[in-house]
Amino acid sequence: MASLTPQVTTPAVPGTAPARPGRPRRPRVWRGVVLLLAAVYFLVPLIASFVFTVKAPDQGFSLDAYGEIFSAEGFAGSLLLSLGLGAATIVIVLLLTLPAVVAVRLGAPRWRPVLEVVCTLPLVVPPITFVAGISTVLRWGPDYLASTPFYQTIIAVQDPGFPIVLVLAYVVLALPFAYRSLDAGLGAIDVRTLSEAARNLGASWPHVLLRVIVPNMRSAMAGASFLTLALVLGEFTIARLLSFQTFPVWIYTISGAHAQVSVAVSVFSLLITWLLLLALSSAGARQRSGS
Amino acid sequence: MGDSRTGSKSRWAVVPLLVFAVIVFGVPMLVLLGGTFTREGTPSAANLTESLQGAYLTSLIGSVKISALVAVLGGVLGTFLAQAVVTSRFRALREGVLTASGVLANFGGVPLAFAWIATLGNSGVVTTTLGLGDHGWSLYNFWGLTLVYLYFSVPLMVLTVVPALDGLRPQWREAAQNNGASTWQFWRYVGVPVLTPALLGGVILLFGGAFAAYATAQAMVGSSVPLVTLKIADALTGNVLIGHENVALALSLDMIVVAGLVMAVYLPLRRRSARWLR
Repeated sequence: MASLTPQVTTPAVPGTAPARPGRPRRPRVWRGVVLLLAAVYFLVPLIASFVFTVKAPDQGFSLDAYGEIFSAEGFAGSLLLSLGLGAATIVIVLLLTLPAVVAVRLGAPRWRPVLEVVCTLPLVVPPITFVAGISTVLRWGPDYLASTPFYQTIIAVQDPGFPIVLVLAYVVLALPFAYRSLDAGLGAIDVRTLSEAARNLGASWPHVLLRVIVPNMRSAMAGASFLTLALVLGEFTIARLLSFQTFPVWIYTISGAHAQVSVAVSVFSLLITWLLLLALSSAGARQRSGS
Repeated sequence: MGDSRTGSKSRWAVVPLLVFAVIVFGVPMLVLLGGTFTREGTPSAANLTESLQGAYLTSLIGSVKISALVAVLGGVLGTFLAQAVVTSRFRALREGVLTASGVLANFGGVPLAFAWIATLGNSGVVTTTLGLGDHGWSLYNFWGLTLVYLYFSVPLMVLTVVPALDGLRPQWREAAQNNGASTWQFWRYVGVPVLTPALLGGVILLFGGAFAAYATAQAMVGSSVPLVTLKIADALTGNVLIGHENVALALSLDMIVVAGLVMAVYLPLRRRSARWLR
């Protein structure tokens, strides 16, 4: 490697390259061993899960478990609920984060540390402690606020058909990812010039945001949305402890009676995550090649 | 830029986010704090003392133990894997491993537990094929859980250290070699010291991930391994003595303190590693 980097300007003598003292083939061996072990460790569970789901009781092959997913009770309901929660979370998290990130970059840099802290805390605080706090608020609320309008609000946010309280909690969990993604996206474009040009041409601030900044941030916003969706589709702790039947909670609930189906759904949900993240990385690649 | 009109206007765009965070995140945290120091309506430290005794203390120590083990093992294995990928000449291998790491680092929760149960559980494919059950194998203990946690921790470590390893300039190695350093000496005096902040940062991230994990443990081991997250969930779902409900809040506070202390180590480190690795 020493003779390859441009900084080292020793005249290259043909024929001396193979004589590299102290760099035998040994590194190849450990690299091969490490990669092989990693491949075994990471692939075996995936393959074994698939085998587990297609193994029929009479030692045959059958894809019934995957068919049963769709007919299992509660599948459609819980998946739709999780997707709905995901959509609502994405909308709110973008509406809250985008203006804040733009404002901090353009006019109020002094607020950046505050924003950083607010968007880091949810990473430090484990979700289970967050849900401990939320469930206490929901339990105490009715005791202390029974005579105020807040009481109705607390009941309303816990509607099992569409639990707004989960959306609120997920927005908090998604804030760090959305903030990082949008801040990085904004760093890649010259916001100041763009917005000043638009302002000089007479555009209003909402107009600048919607027609100038947002179109330039499309892939960063897509990235934030994908991460949020993956987070909501996989979130178990908060939903289970507040007793809402979201998709991961449903998988857990059916595992007792239908072991094969629950493993099939697990494989299925890994595929969903895989697709989401592939979409995310290809969106990122498109932006890199575009700029 | 010094335009006070723009400044004051921009400030208003930050307000909704902050108000939201204060209400949705701040209020539950304050209630958590208040509840910790309240028992049956009167101020008291009884919850906190109870949370640091007996089975609760065991679970807290159990969580710290498994998280530390996962962090160290995952850190070492992840670094070796990352180094193997970074030094490889095959670009496709690198891209493939990084994409797979991105997916697997996010593969947590209930599905992860079920994938492993199907593999090495009592009636798992590998267990039955190799007849491991006859040799006393069980996935549902401390070591089984460690094995499963490493499944998302190692990829996370790979994602964290690959940029740092990329930042190790070949010129440094050449300079060391020209001065007569062996491979071991290069790593001992140049490579590892430069990488230390990034490596420690990654290890701390892994600790945090394993420490906060609840879904995998709940779906896999139930309560046969003492973990603080399982105890909190137990207490929240009513599995405590009457009047002792707030112990769940005290345990949560203990967790936040531990996680906060660990993170407090991480943040300055991140800044230090940014200086060398540009």
